[in-house]
Amino acid sequence: MRYALTRSLAMVGVLFATLFITVVLVGSGMDDILGRSVAYHVRAEIAADPALAASFADPGALEAHIAARIAEREAEIGLDRPWWSPERIASSMWRILVLDFGRANFLSSDTGSTEVADILAERLPKTILLFTTATVAISAIGVGLGAMASSRARSAADRLTSAFAVISSSFPVWWVGLLMIFAFSFAWQVFPPRATPDVPPGDPSYVASLLYHMALPLMTIVLVGFGAWSYLVRNFMVGVLQEDHIAARRAIGVRERRIVYSHALRNAAPPIVTVMALSLSGSLGGAIITEAVFDWPGMGRLYFEAVLAMDLPVIVGATYVLTAFFLASVLAADLLYMRLDPRTAAR
Amino acid sequence: MSRRGPSMRAEVLSSRMGRAGVGILAALVALSAATLASGIGEAVREWNDPAAWLTLPRSAVPAWANVGPDRLAEHTVVAGAVSGEGAHSVASHALDVGAGAVPPGLMLEYAARHSGSALLELHVMRPDGARVGVAAVALAASDGASERHGRVFLADESVRRTVEMRSGGAGAAEAIFGDGRGGALAGRYAVIAELHGAGGMAEFASTRLTVDGGAYGLMGTDEMRRDLAVGLAWGAPLALFVGVSVAVASVLIGLAYGMYAGYRGGRADEAMMRANDVVYALPALPFLVILAVTLSSSIFVMVAFLVMFGWVAVAKVSRSMALQARARGYVEASRLMGQRDSRTILRHVMPQLLPYALASIAISVPAAITTEAGLSFLGLGDPEYPTWGQMLRDASLHGAAARGLWWWVVPPGLMIALTGLAFVFIGGSLDAAVNPRMRRA
Repeated sequence: MRYALTRSLAMVGVLFATLFITVVLVGSGMDDILGRSVAYHVRAEIAADPALAASFADPGALEAHIAARIAEREAEIGLDRPWWSPERIASSMWRILVLDFGRANFLSSDTGSTEVADILAERLPKTILLFTTATVAISAIGVGLGAMASSRARSAADRLTSAFAVISSSFPVWWVGLLMIFAFSFAWQVFPPRATPDVPPGDPSYVASLLYHMALPLMTIVLVGFGAWSYLVRNFMVGVLQEDHIAARRAIGVRERRIVYSHALRNAAPPIVTVMALSLSGSLGGAIITEAVFDWPGMGRLYFEAVLAMDLPVIVGATYVLTAFFLASVLAADLLYMRLDPRTAAR
Repeated sequence: MSRRGPSMRAEVLSSRMGRAGVGILAALVALSAATLASGIGEAVREWNDPAAWLTLPRSAVPAWANVGPDRLAEHTVVAGAVSGEGAHSVASHALDVGAGAVPPGLMLEYAARHSGSALLELHVMRPDGARVGVAAVALAASDGASERHGRVFLADESVRRTVEMRSGGAGAAEAIFGDGRGGALAGRYAVIAELHGAGGMAEFASTRLTVDGGAYGLMGTDEMRRDLAVGLAWGAPLALFVGVSVAVASVLIGLAYGMYAGYRGGRADEAMMRANDVVYALPALPFLVILAVTLSSSIFVMVAFLVMFGWVAVAKVSRSMALQARARGYVEASRLMGQRDSRTILRHVMPQLLPYALASIAISVPAAITTEAGLSFLGLGDPEYPTWGQMLRDASLHGAAARGLWWWVVPPGLMIALTGLAFVFIGGSLDAAVNPRMRRA
């Protein structure tokens, strides 16, 4: 319990560190954007009120009035202080923490909202759906195949798994995605190249369409991912299978299948979970770019679009939400580790 | 280390994997050296300049893959051989046309000097002996001192009409290259441009003939008419630069950090490892995106960003290795003898970590290359240089995969994978040499 608590606290600490770094990095850029939007709104208000413009004798006085209004408005939201002043940094961090990312510059959600939080709320579930499904599929295939390979170490099947693992892990996932589009959308037209569902959300066939469009990106991530996992499982398992207690079980006549898939696998589980938790960052990055390849309407494509349009508020929001999601999955892996390895809990 | 060096080299070269890795790496280094040494250096500056690629066709298939019944005409660019004297100059272009589709167009670019006005006449001698007149263009009077540049297109309305009329109704391109049955007449053509001066002097300074086609060069072209061979060749030195510099810098930093923490132990160790944990928990890609967007997308700055995330894992491992080394008797003895810490680390701890460091350099390279490619793919790469990731980004933006332009999609990714594989192989065989326990498995 204490372990779980310290790990959770550490994660919150990392989240704050991330927030701080983000705010520092984007501070001046965000101020530019805020300043421009304030100026835009002030000018729009004055343009909407011809009587006010007519009350000024010369254009210079009107400009002075506009400048005064802009300065006033900027002071209201604290823009008069530099972005690096402690209050400004604290308030920026607070706003991000409570998911107030402001308005997007260019992008909007499917429902037409330009609130960054609305856009993210629409995109994040799609990423979680794809990424989680892929991770579950990869670990199931990886553990099964790895255990199988380890029980037949140095057989042809084992070598094939290892070779596949080494080769597939040096392919960029998203490039394999492009090849899959070529194979399954151009050569054999089985799946659509764009993974955006073509029916609007709310339509009864939406879920079916979503799953159909998810097939190609999911296949891509699983195809590139499971090799490395099975290789990892195999290597840990080969070590465990050489230990004395396994030899003892063999000696008392426990069946080999049971030894491999039950006893040895349970012993190899803690290090496997650790390494997998650490590899999550890499696979999340790969999944994000893969989404951009397939136009899967998740966080990855949002990044792609936001970078293309240099929409800073969206980039900040997406980074924060992804970091939080990532830390939550690392924490989940940590807690799983605790369950698997009682020594950690006792510590 | 000097004693271990040769044995490790032997270890790498003795495994099939190690030899394959060294072989691929040597080929990549040779390609990079050839690219850097050749005149393609000009081409990299022109990569993003559409004007530089005007003479090439759009999305042309590589010439070697252009086979089978639907064979496209090959895109060819020929410089003219200029001869003649006085007021008459001839530029002839020898041109081989293969069987298949008729080349859809033809263009002559010329630079000429003439005093007074002149007449440019262009005709084609076909392999079957027939002569097809293409165009006769009057050139406005010139002083004879300065060069005049110009172009004659078959696609030009008046040129096309003239050829069609003379050939009795067939299309202009068919009249020149056709075999009368819808295909191209295969064989050697001579495309001849003649310049007749009205004044005392007329001569071609240079000419260049471009015959349009859907197939070009070794690697084909992309939607922006760029020669993909140039981009692919340039990707090699860039990828090696990014991969190797990121790997070397991250491993050196990680090694120093981890070794110091492990050697000092106690509070310093604790604090350094907590800081390390924070960086470890940062999700790399979102952060790299923020950094590239806010600071700079220069390829050199990108290397620094990648190092920021690359050193952490090395620091963790080298710390635990340094902890083990510290417990060794001779390290303890060196400390008790009053050696300075820096000297003990350098002389007694470091040598034990060096083999591991070499292996992790090799293993870190592929990750750096794929991450850079991924960032380029998202549009955060250095626009000045054509990296493989950027080529794939362009391909994806133009829907190359769904349109079947495989020569635009497959080679850049294959190069990324091959480069990564070379280092994975080398790293794997080094690892086996460093870590004999692995060999048992």
